[in-house]
Amino acid sequence: MADCAKPVSPRPGIGAAALVVALIFGTLTAVALRAEVGRGFGASDWAAVRFTLTQACLSAVLSVGLAIPVARALARRRFFGRRILITLLGAPFILPVIVAILGLLQVFGRAGWISSGLAMLGLEPVQIYGLHGVVLAHVFFNLPLATRLILQGWQEIPAERFRLAAQLGADSRAMWQLLERPMLTRIMPGALAVVFAICLSSFAVALTLGGGPRATTIELAIYQAFRFDFDLGRAALLSALQLVLTGTAALVALRVAAGEGFGTGLDRALQRWDGTGPIARLLDGMWIATAAIFLMLPLGAIVLSGLPGLTGLPVSVWAAALNSVLVAALSTVLLLLLALPMATAVALGRGGAIELAGILGLAASPLVIGTGLFIVIYPIADPFALALPVTALVNAVMALPFALRILVPRAQVVVGRYGRLALSLDMRGWSFVWRVLLPRMRPQIGFAAGLAAALSMGDLGVIALFADPEFATLPLQIYRLMGAYRMELASAAALLLLALSMAAFWILDRGGRWHAEA
Amino acid sequence: MLRLENCLIENGGFSLRANLTIARGSRVAVIGPSGAGKSTLIETLAGFRPLTKGAIHWNGSDLAGVEPGKRPVALLFQDGNLFPHLTVAQNVALGIHANLRLDQPQQAQMQAALVRVGLDSMADRKPADLSGGQQSRVALARVLVQGRDLLLLDEPFAALGPALKVEMLDLVGELVEETGATLLMVSHDPSDARRIANQVVLVADGCAHAPQPTTQLLDNPPPALKAYLG
Amino acid sequence: MKYLVIAAGILSTTAAVAEVPELTVYTYDSFVSDWGPGPAVEAAFEEVCGCDLKLVGAGDGAALLARIKLEGARSDADVVLGLDTNLTAAAKATGLFAEHSVVADYTLPVAWEDKTFAPYDWGYFSFVQNADATAPTNFKDLAASDTKIVIQDPRSSTPGLGLLMWVKAAYGDEAPAIWADLSDNVVTVTKGWSEAYGLFLEGEADMVLSYTTSPAYHLIAEEDDSKTAALFDEGHYLQVEVAGKLANSDQPELADQFLNFMVSEAFQSIIPTTNWMYPAVTPAAGLPAGFETLVQPGKSLLLTEDEAASVRDTALDEWLTALSR
Repeated sequence: MADCAKPVSPRPGIGAAALVVALIFGTLTAVALRAEVGRGFGASDWAAVRFTLTQACLSAVLSVGLAIPVARALARRRFFGRRILITLLGAPFILPVIVAILGLLQVFGRAGWISSGLAMLGLEPVQIYGLHGVVLAHVFFNLPLATRLILQGWQEIPAERFRLAAQLGADSRAMWQLLERPMLTRIMPGALAVVFAICLSSFAVALTLGGGPRATTIELAIYQAFRFDFDLGRAALLSALQLVLTGTAALVALRVAAGEGFGTGLDRALQRWDGTGPIARLLDGMWIATAAIFLMLPLGAIVLSGLPGLTGLPVSVWAAALNSVLVAALSTVLLLLLALPMATAVALGRGGAIELAGILGLAASPLVIGTGLFIVIYPIADPFALALPVTALVNAVMALPFALRILVPRAQVVVGRYGRLALSLDMRGWSFVWRVLLPRMRPQIGFAAGLAAALSMGDLGVIALFADPEFATLPLQIYRLMGAYRMELASAAALLLLALSMAAFWILDRGGRWHAEA
Repeated sequence: MLRLENCLIENGGFSLRANLTIARGSRVAVIGPSGAGKSTLIETLAGFRPLTKGAIHWNGSDLAGVEPGKRPVALLFQDGNLFPHLTVAQNVALGIHANLRLDQPQQAQMQAALVRVGLDSMADRKPADLSGGQQSRVALARVLVQGRDLLLLDEPFAALGPALKVEMLDLVGELVEETGATLLMVSHDPSDARRIANQVVLVADGCAHAPQPTTQLLDNPPPALKAYLG
Repeated sequence: MKYLVIAAGILSTTAAVAEVPELTVYTYDSFVSDWGPGPAVEAAFEEVCGCDLKLVGAGDGAALLARIKLEGARSDADVVLGLDTNLTAAAKATGLFAEHSVVADYTLPVAWEDKTFAPYDWGYFSFVQNADATAPTNFKDLAASDTKIVIQDPRSSTPGLGLLMWVKAAYGDEAPAIWADLSDNVVTVTKGWSEAYGLFLEGEADMVLSYTTSPAYHLIAEEDDSKTAALFDEGHYLQVEVAGKLANSDQPELADQFLNFMVSEAFQSIIPTTNWMYPAVTPAAGLPAGFETLVQPGKSLLLTEDEAASVRDTALDEWLTALSR
């Protein structure tokens, strides 16, 4: 009886998770079934696995490790431009890879701003290419995401707890012991797993910043298996390995992350009484400034190189921008249809398997999903006709892990806090979803939707395989411009993409917070 | 009539037995030492905990398998009785219809309940803007519109000051008087029981004892109660 | 054209013959882009064929071949345009292609006798650099200098694979030594041509692997003569881009017509300033002004498709070994 006493059913969530699993493993199987006899794993594949693991671990630890003091500083300080800074923090994450690489190199490259500065002082340029370059780029991409996830953890601590701690005269260290460390042990494993999974499937960034084939990742090996060897068996095998690695990381994270929440509180504005000393203020300021500079400089480079071509952008680029907005909108809707039931099911205690299914989206190689879908769809329908829905769906699945990390903790709080009250009022099913779950989760839904829209906008995804000649997205148009030597226009189009992604993120994220009490 | 027939409630290593009957319209205080299982008893009646053995009947019908919201029960928890994102009016309206779609008479019923608890001017406020006493009144207004036969209170006024608590208890007393509901109220304060309850159920030593008249029990406490009262 | 299609749509209920036939050509993505030859080619061919030409972009040359392999005999494609001689052996091995009927007076640096694939343009791989920099004269010279280069990964890029073949064709068994010496000149390796060229333009490297025709773009489209290609005395490797007709095409005649159109004046004159390659048959009016300034390699290197197929894996291993150190 206690088991059935839930305000909503976990079944839609289980269904959504099953759909995601079917998509990921179905496409993988489709690819594997098409395979002819291949050459199996070679020494170079194992080298790729080793390098992939090394860089992914380093990147995850550094991104999350650095995100902690940055998030803490952002949680403790209120300053002019804080909201804008937090929104801009989302930017690196959603940039198309090629644009981000060029932006990073304009700052850290051999001919970049830092090297040029050093040259004026008669010093050697920065040596960016190598493992440290790969990690630097991955930190650039993932530090903001990790910061947002952890910052959210800070904001989940009810204001009452901070008041209680302040009343007890807790200083920074005591605050850490009482509230912050327990919160971090809950949030950090998930954040580490997500960043690890993102870096695991990195390819172009790792290769370019890694300085050559030393930096071969599993995803590049998959790419090679596809287009150099046309060895679908090996591609499927490598992709399966990538899934296993990510799955293992996710399982470990879920085991470690178990911990108690902070109980109920009334929605009071968060105000803190610790960290008011001059040293704490100085340190917080330093962390915020350093992170802001590190993240904003490459963005600045992208903006600067994009401005000159902006007025000359041809109609086709604007049309592609419209297509991208369309894909992003559809993808966001699909994402929420998948993520909300899944997050609810996790909150109802059907955790493990669903969370695992959610994170697999990151590990699945877009190339394998795209090819698998193509193999499945091709005999029954015209792939071009399905370009829009397929791209939107795959983008949604790729954004799912982030959305779940954002939605699950909040869904747990809402169900835990209001589940029984709702039940005692005979409020269940749709009325619970409409009247309690969705309103209570609005800020998180806005954040997740914003992230999904922005990610989808910047993603080249599977469009390459399904590309309808009439339906180019903005990232594809950027690659086309570069392929046709139009670097200035490509930079301008990249700036347009950046602006659109940020706008989508801003609108949805703000929309979630508009008149919200939380 | 509420009848608990050879009930056994188990929760981890903890177990509670109950075999008792409570007459319709009674006002019962549930008293006992901390951790004896007062809240467990209330939660079981509300349908949040399963019975290991036995049965609960209300007016002759078995409540087994009846979902919490379908039971003839209105329940106030120790805290978190209101949704912070809904207005006072909406929080009350939930007691009539969980999807908040009220017709004209239902609107009027909700208004009347607000008037009854003296909060008609605050219908559009959010709970965070109210005092503790006002929040309790909102919850009671909702109990009123729920119109259930059984009202279970799990110390909802524990956080209020003495004067305010007395005021709330009196309001509860008036409301059950008006509606004819049966009241079960967890309390650890014998004076609460004397003020409002005509019967007391003692929960101690793994057992919820049959109800006894309040004054009689409190004036001549059995050893278990004596130990608790000190 | 659109009205014609609509009209055809209306008529087709009564007279199926009135339907405009559709010719589907799979090609690489940069061909169909607004800045590639695609739009002009489509317009020009539709003017003469009475058909609807549907150009479908699929990644680059290697992705194009993978796509055809995936689709197999059921493919909607009638023609595949955009493979090069490094891929034609594998393409033929699929058995999906039919022989063509194209006869043309090619102006290629090599004789063309392939019965399955017909060429439409060609170019020399070369390192592009700023005109004011001293240019190395061959790979050994480059390796001895401290000139920094950015190249593409042969596993993910057509020019990258071309460079492997270039070194292999020029140096044979000596190739591993050349790569070992070059490894400290390689700033980095990119996924594709666009990334590499972008890095070069940003100043990350002194030279980038591209084509001898690349400076023509800067000169003609941007009136910028600051880029030049370095002339290597061991010769330059050729890339010949080809097209072929699929055996299972439902429009075999139209496919033949397209392949013949491909080597005609109308198509060939579009190529130089959209694909920035040499046309396979020089147009009667000659090449656009500016092309005469491009460097002319003294020697053309090209492995036959069978040689290319057989050395491919060895060459990749040598490259990986040398650069992974």
